[in-house]
Amino acid sequence: MSSDGGAKIRVLIAKPGLDGHDRGAKVLARALRDAGMEVIYSGLKRTPEEIADMAIQEDVDVVGLSCLSGAHMTLFPRVVELLREKGAPDITVLGGGIIPDDDAQKLREKGITAVFGPGSLTSSIIELIKEKVNG
Amino acid sequence: MIDALKSWEEETKTKERKEFKTPSDIEIKKLYTPLDLGDFDYLEKSGFPGGRPFTRGVYPTMYRSRLWTMRQYAGFGSAAETNERYRYLLSQGQTGLSVAFDLPTQIGMDSDAELAMGEVGKVGVTIDSIEDMALLFDSIPLAQISTSMTINSPAAVLLAMYIAIGEKNGIEPSQLRGTVQNDILKEYVARGTYIFPPEPSMRLVADLIVYCAEEVPKWNAISISGYHMREAGCTAVQEVAFTLANGIAYCESVVKRMDIDDFARNLSFFFACHNNFLEEIAKFRAARRVWAKIIRDRFHAKKDRSCMLRFHTQTSGVTLTAQQPENNIVRVTLQALAAALGGTQSLHTNSMDEALALPSEKAVRIALRTQQIIGYESGITDTVDPLAGSYYIEWLTDQIEEEAWEYIDKIDEMGGVTKAIERGYIQDEIAKKAYEAQKRIDSGEDAVVGVNRFSAEEELDVSLLRVRDDVEIEQKAKLKDLRERRKSDMVESSLRTLERGCESSENLVPLILDCVKSYATIGEICGAMKEIFGEYKPTILM
Repeated sequence: MSSDGGAKIRVLIAKPGLDGHDRGAKVLARALRDAGMEVIYSGLKRTPEEIADMAIQEDVDVVGLSCLSGAHMTLFPRVVELLREKGAPDITVLGGGIIPDDDAQKLREKGITAVFGPGSLTSSIIELIKEKVNG
Repeated sequence: MIDALKSWEEETKTKERKEFKTPSDIEIKKLYTPLDLGDFDYLEKSGFPGGRPFTRGVYPTMYRSRLWTMRQYAGFGSAAETNERYRYLLSQGQTGLSVAFDLPTQIGMDSDAELAMGEVGKVGVTIDSIEDMALLFDSIPLAQISTSMTINSPAAVLLAMYIAIGEKNGIEPSQLRGTVQNDILKEYVARGTYIFPPEPSMRLVADLIVYCAEEVPKWNAISISGYHMREAGCTAVQEVAFTLANGIAYCESVVKRMDIDDFARNLSFFFACHNNFLEEIAKFRAARRVWAKIIRDRFHAKKDRSCMLRFHTQTSGVTLTAQQPENNIVRVTLQALAAALGGTQSLHTNSMDEALALPSEKAVRIALRTQQIIGYESGITDTVDPLAGSYYIEWLTDQIEEEAWEYIDKIDEMGGVTKAIERGYIQDEIAKKAYEAQKRIDSGEDAVVGVNRFSAEEELDVSLLRVRDDVEIEQKAKLKDLRERRKSDMVESSLRTLERGCESSENLVPLILDCVKSYATIGEICGAMKEIFGEYKPTILM
């Protein structure tokens, strides 16, 4: 897929767990849409299962997970696992939230491509997604 | 005067470094003079502190008699660990408690619920039953301190637990002082810890307000909160308008059951304090004036006391940066100073490491010391509302009031705030403003020191608090043990009585109190109510 003339990049922005802080998720959803991507937002309180199913049904290239409640170590790797189990290992998974550096490192080891904390510029996230999807 | 000003403006025209606007998009002039206040009527606009319209403060002597309550929001892991943190904070001179519950508790789930996986004890303390609550307040003198609880949908359950452990220690409900947040409307737009649909939720809110007015008179039955809407993205002006519009909705639902003068004193408020120092101060002053007018003109309160907008302030979480976290101490200082100059009744100062994790003990101590330095050393508490009479502050207070009324009128035209929420109006305004703010940061128009200006490569040198993962395992074991020990027929019968209560119109708080005393868990109590009320299913808005 390519952004010039090809199909649009499809992204699922998802909120796993019980966390209700959705400012970052919604801001990013709008920014990705303005950057020409097709964006689906999951809404709050989704289980990893629901998110993986949604990603496959919607045929997305990227899943962006947002969690500010500290449950990221339980929830993010579970989404990666489920995507692999369900035969969609190519979907890129990104994470965002209040995530200490040590945890970010462990998350990358578990298949989360990149982790974005507070202060991340939307342009850097857009760039990374384009690079991952378009190669 | 006008001519002199004109010629001064002509003479001093220079190229300025940018356009000047407040974060609420109010244009700011180079200079303010008496001309900007027109025929400013002091008694009508300001009055005296402790009297309508309370612009200058709700109490006549403000901080000359007593400083604001220094109240740090805290809670993590198990009840026993959090109890230890509370005793530490009290030993360091904190004057009130503020309980942070974990998300399963806030959403009325037990620790062993499937959706609770990974969340137990994470953003706050985990409470399943009255036994946990007793551990949480172990050795804390409930008759002497005031306790604020950030709990909304299950507010009645947690207050019932607090009342019950008070009774066990020989303390009457009438002696208890504190607050439950109990503000469901903002949960639908910004915070997300709703359980039931709006209609039964509003009934629960009203039940608790009525119950407190009659039985727990020193308790603030609600803390009508702008904080979370502001953090989610709305402007200072919108924070005032949306919060007070929610306040109107609560009053409308309770005045059907009780005279305004019998419950308005039990209403309290909660605002954020962000970076724009002078706009924040003007915001607090404007909010007091608008609320006094609402309660008197719209609800026809006779007592002045009913018209007082008393509020808690928390410094802003979203303005904290993960980069160069020590800089956050300075941000928090400025925000806390604005809150005090704005006349807050209590204050939480954020810790410098909160963009990275829950605060460490050291970070919390610095945050508390920040308040103490402002309160005891800065001298700003020596006279009431010291910035009153500043041409700019008075002009900006008027401006914020005027623009807040425009939003309130608009919401009224939509049929009230519940309708505005159903239509997604409030949610969309918040998301729009959040995105605009991010674009200004991305483009560099708004500076964030350490992020898009003056950034530096750095080794992070802060030690972070970690919540133990075994809290979840331990809590599940405790719950299993409780379920085996307690008298299950008593639990069952109290829950069935509550269900019947939900079908009738009786006040649910006494029924919830019975459930709590029979050792029913929060998940069981909320589950019983869910049977009758159903669950809220939000429309997904981006």
